[in-house]
Amino acid sequence: MKTGVYLCQCGGNISNTIDLPKIAKHVKEKKGDILIQENSHMCSGAGQKLIIDDIKNHGLEKVVVAACSPHFHEKTFRAALQKAGLNPYVLEISNFREHCSWAHKNEPEIATEKAKDIIDASIAKVELDFPLEEKKMQMGDEVLVIGGGIAGIQTSLDLADAGKKVTLVEKQPTLGGKMAILTKTFPTEDCAACIISPKMAAVQDHPNITLYTNSEIESIAGHRLHFEAKIKKNPRFILDTIDMDQCLICTKCVQECPIEQPNYWEQGIMNRKAIYIPAPHAIPYKYLIDKENCLHFKDGSCSICADVCPQKVIDFEQKAEFIDVAVDNVVVATGYDIYDATEKTVFGYGKYKNVVSALEMERIVDHISEKEPPREVGKRVAFVQCVGSRDKQIGREYCSRVCCMFSVKLASLLKQAKPETDIYIFYTDLRAFGKGYEEYYKRSQEMGIKFVRGKPSHFTEDPDTKQVIVTVEDTLSRDIIQSEFDLVVLANGMGLSAASEPIADQLKLAKSDDGFFKEAHPKYRPVDTLVEGIFLAGTAQGPKDIPDTVTQASAAAGRVLATLAQKEFSLDPVLAFVHQDICDGCKQCLNECPKKAISINADGKAEINEALCLGCGSCLASCPIEAIDLNYFTNDQMYAQIEASLSNKKEGEKRILIFADENTVYRLADACGVRKMKYSTDSRIFRIPSGSRMTSNLIKFALSKGADAVMIGDSPEKSSRFAWANNVTKENIKQVQSALNDLQIEPERLIFKEYSAGELARFTNDVDAIAEFLGTIAPIPNETRDKLFTAVRGE
Amino acid sequence: MAKLIKLDDKGVEFLDKIMELSGETITLCDQCGTCSGGCPFIAEMDVNPSQIMRQVMIGQKNIMESKTMWICASCFTCTVRCPRELDVSKVAEALRQVKLREAIDFIDIEKISEEEARILPSIAIVGAFRKFTG
Repeated sequence: MKTGVYLCQCGGNISNTIDLPKIAKHVKEKKGDILIQENSHMCSGAGQKLIIDDIKNHGLEKVVVAACSPHFHEKTFRAALQKAGLNPYVLEISNFREHCSWAHKNEPEIATEKAKDIIDASIAKVELDFPLEEKKMQMGDEVLVIGGGIAGIQTSLDLADAGKKVTLVEKQPTLGGKMAILTKTFPTEDCAACIISPKMAAVQDHPNITLYTNSEIESIAGHRLHFEAKIKKNPRFILDTIDMDQCLICTKCVQECPIEQPNYWEQGIMNRKAIYIPAPHAIPYKYLIDKENCLHFKDGSCSICADVCPQKVIDFEQKAEFIDVAVDNVVVATGYDIYDATEKTVFGYGKYKNVVSALEMERIVDHISEKEPPREVGKRVAFVQCVGSRDKQIGREYCSRVCCMFSVKLASLLKQAKPETDIYIFYTDLRAFGKGYEEYYKRSQEMGIKFVRGKPSHFTEDPDTKQVIVTVEDTLSRDIIQSEFDLVVLANGMGLSAASEPIADQLKLAKSDDGFFKEAHPKYRPVDTLVEGIFLAGTAQGPKDIPDTVTQASAAAGRVLATLAQKEFSLDPVLAFVHQDICDGCKQCLNECPKKAISINADGKAEINEALCLGCGSCLASCPIEAIDLNYFTNDQMYAQIEASLSNKKEGEKRILIFADENTVYRLADACGVRKMKYSTDSRIFRIPSGSRMTSNLIKFALSKGADAVMIGDSPEKSSRFAWANNVTKENIKQVQSALNDLQIEPERLIFKEYSAGELARFTNDVDAIAEFLGTIAPIPNETRDKLFTAVRGE
Repeated sequence: MAKLIKLDDKGVEFLDKIMELSGETITLCDQCGTCSGGCPFIAEMDVNPSQIMRQVMIGQKNIMESKTMWICASCFTCTVRCPRELDVSKVAEALRQVKLREAIDFIDIEKISEEEARILPSIAIVGAFRKFTG
């Protein structure tokens, strides 16, 4: 096997500090049969050509480039290898510039010694590098949208218009979600039903959308770009045929049905029959039977609807259907539920007749101009803000964003319909944040609606008049208002819908502190989730008004389109794998993977699902016999490079091995180099995918081979790609520290630190502090190092 | 006429002291008024509980002259309703503590005549020292 080593001068950036000829001599002496080249700029076309020509002419099988950080030109050199017919993963980069010549600019001799360690480690590792293949996965154009509210509708239409095949599943018997319940919308006061109905109809008619209403997700599982779901289509008990003429919507069944129940789409202020169409604008416009309340299902005493049906389409025997779908992407648009105000007992909701929820008020206001409205409002009406929002007592500290505006809207609509009504809005802070909202708020003040700054403490009910007595401090006059109201409207806040919970569990979606689904990044990945291929739309991600919901729904569609447009998806080959000859099937690793990528195969051995694995390396620590391994960072490769980097250590010298996660801390060390920030020359920095890759064996091995301290650096959990990793790292460290204690070695030699990307000075200070600490303690005795070695590698 | 308020270090010290004594983060108060609205003794108070929170936050030490903290019965209605989970009754207790620590004597021992000293029960004399609580 022939290896080529390329030393880059970087136009003096490296060669002015590090004595490159000395490095060449060192490598030659140590390795003998090796090709060594020095060049002013390896990244240049000429530099790359040098590598390509050498591979072709000298039959090189492995390549080491000592140059700048791999984050700059690893890709460049990998491409060069590929051009010459080598696998791109048999390349190692020695970080001579950022981690050595720049960091230790003023100490050229020591820097040269450090460079020897760095390149020795690279050569040791490259010898064990092996070709890795990027697996390609094919993508189709199937998308599952869960939830048929305005968010799900918008996403589905955008995707369908772009030619994707959409399956839309809605739990309720009609599309439209909460928006279909609303009266008019703020701040334009256009009717909600009028603007959502055309979209609902468009969904039903779209050739690219398959719509399942009255249906649930029975089960869903999958990963990255392949998900399988079982849809449960609940029976409507009406023969469902393609021929729409079967049911004539003649209403005979409804007229005869003896059962009355509160209608959800009227929020209980009006009733419906046990056989019903949910709302006048329902899509699909079809009957269904409410099985819970229908007498036929209760005791079999009634079948009058079936008897009077001229078309005989009623089928009491209809069963739920199950439909299996396989899709490439999933959009979760499962929406919100309003806060259940019965929990807040001081407000008497559910107990006092004249305390109503915001959604009930939507319906009350919608009917208020009718000749005989189903519910009158009386003379004096109070709106109470922040019920189920901004309240630590009930565990909801967030602002629901829309309540200020919907209360202003409901008050305005009521005032327009019944100008004689005396309306008060009790608020703590009024938030009119959107386009045209502040103006709308001002118009409501012009109408004579009174805004009182104060949060009511409690309500009582006048037993005779059933009026609600509100007690509240007017915090601006500092007087206490205690007054009767004919109606009190609660501004119920938003919370993640209960129907979202089983979806969250099955898709393993994370939630933020407020209980809503967590986006991959609040700033620049707001509609992605941490699970690749699953996106969020609408209020399932957090409280939103309609414009924001529609915007986000279209954004989710855009993200799906961008993903599917790739047609093919290549998996990073840096993934875990199992040495099938070593694994004894003990199953200890199974629960360690948060992505559930490990399973037991037919041979009873562990196996990695490559489509699920993210390559963090957390599982390695769980295997007592090192059967699980990680491509490009294998145990053999890690042992070899650690040993090689310590092989030049002389009597009395110190070594601090720093294992830095590649995304944050390795780059942080690069940035320190770029700024020529000095830190201890005892440091040797290694790149790892995450701190959790450092098994206790590797740490012990490092100490046994001459390391005086080991530092593991990783990003904080919050900003990590691998949120679970730091706990694993800490556990590994704890194990080694207790072993060190037993051997009477200072456990402080082992350090785990979390850094965010900008903490350069903290990093250099920490490294210097370790160096200083090592100066105050005695070195580890050789016999103790031997004991550690035996613990890892046996006698 | 509006009172002119100067924001100064003394006011900040006062706020810090009350926060430390009460253990409550008074700056968290949102001034929503829930405490005052629910207080069963509000009619007896010269300053509302929410106003006490406000005045302490902006360092107005003259709030110590208010009756409110002596009327507070620590019934905790405010505490269980505060949307920020602040314990207003603890703030009242802190204010009482500050007042008591001022150690104001109700009587001047020099001015008590021998006659009075003879007939007064000793407990009454002791009680008049450093117990004046306004």
